Amino acid sequence: MPRLSVWFIRASLLYLLLGFLFGALLLAQKGISFYSPVWYLFPLHMEFLLVGWLVQLAMGVAFWVFPRFSIGQSRGNKPLIWISFALINVGILIGILQFWFPIALLTGRVFEVGAGIVFAAGLWRRVKPHGVL
Amino acid sequence: MPLLTRIFIKTAMICLAFALVLGILLASGMTNGLFPVYIHLLVFGWLTQLIFGVTFWMFPKHSVEKPRGSEALGWWTYALLNIGLLVRAIAEPIQSMQPNPFGGWLLVISAVIQFMAGLLFVANSWGRVKEK
Repeated sequence: MPRLSVWFIRASLLYLLLGFLFGALLLAQKGISFYSPVWYLFPLHMEFLLVGWLVQLAMGVAFWVFPRFSIGQSRGNKPLIWISFALINVGILIGILQFWFPIALLTGRVFEVGAGIVFAAGLWRRVKPHGVL
Repeated sequence: MPLLTRIFIKTAMICLAFALVLGILLASGMTNGLFPVYIHLLVFGWLTQLIFGVTFWMFPKHSVEKPRGSEALGWWTYALLNIGLLVRAIAEPIQSMQPNPFGGWLLVISAVIQFMAGLLFVANSWGRVKEK
């Protein structure tokens, strides 16, 4: 597994843990209502599990297993994918600040869109038929 | 494909089927507090469980002696994920219709069990996420 995939996948595992933890707190709150501000965790529960866990895991695995080039850099433009790794994680982390700065949600999403575009650009040519160099 | 992976994936497919049926019930308005169960059957029971199963199968080997890490942790993850989901699927609609302390504590138990499933999965998979 390439180093970049290790970073993507380990980050996704951390978000899985945090997302599950927040989900568990929310479900417990629904059951016994122990601390109502727990509901503030709901958007983070969704963001961490959908973007942090699922999307990021898919990005890491795609970079690892998609067809490689036999000429030049085998996995294509690595710096571009590193940038997308940075953008998606900065985007998620900025999103956390939404409770204090409402604009942070929009800013975080812009970073995430950037991550998606840069990732697609970096991996586009690796989506190719067998035998293409 | 190892046995645990087959069990994970087949259970995930059952969750998908239940989720889609629930989707019909939701669309026809025959529901009471079933939307969270629908979402979690899809995202947790189907998607996440499918990923857990494929991860156990396809990720780089942990070691020569234990290529898939701890098999026991894998089975515990499977059991906790599905028990937690099942308890939730039963208790959450009941709790939304007729809240009671017993149903409430069932949700707490389900929450703890599901979190433990995630924790065990991460503990077992972390060492397999490594450079060649």
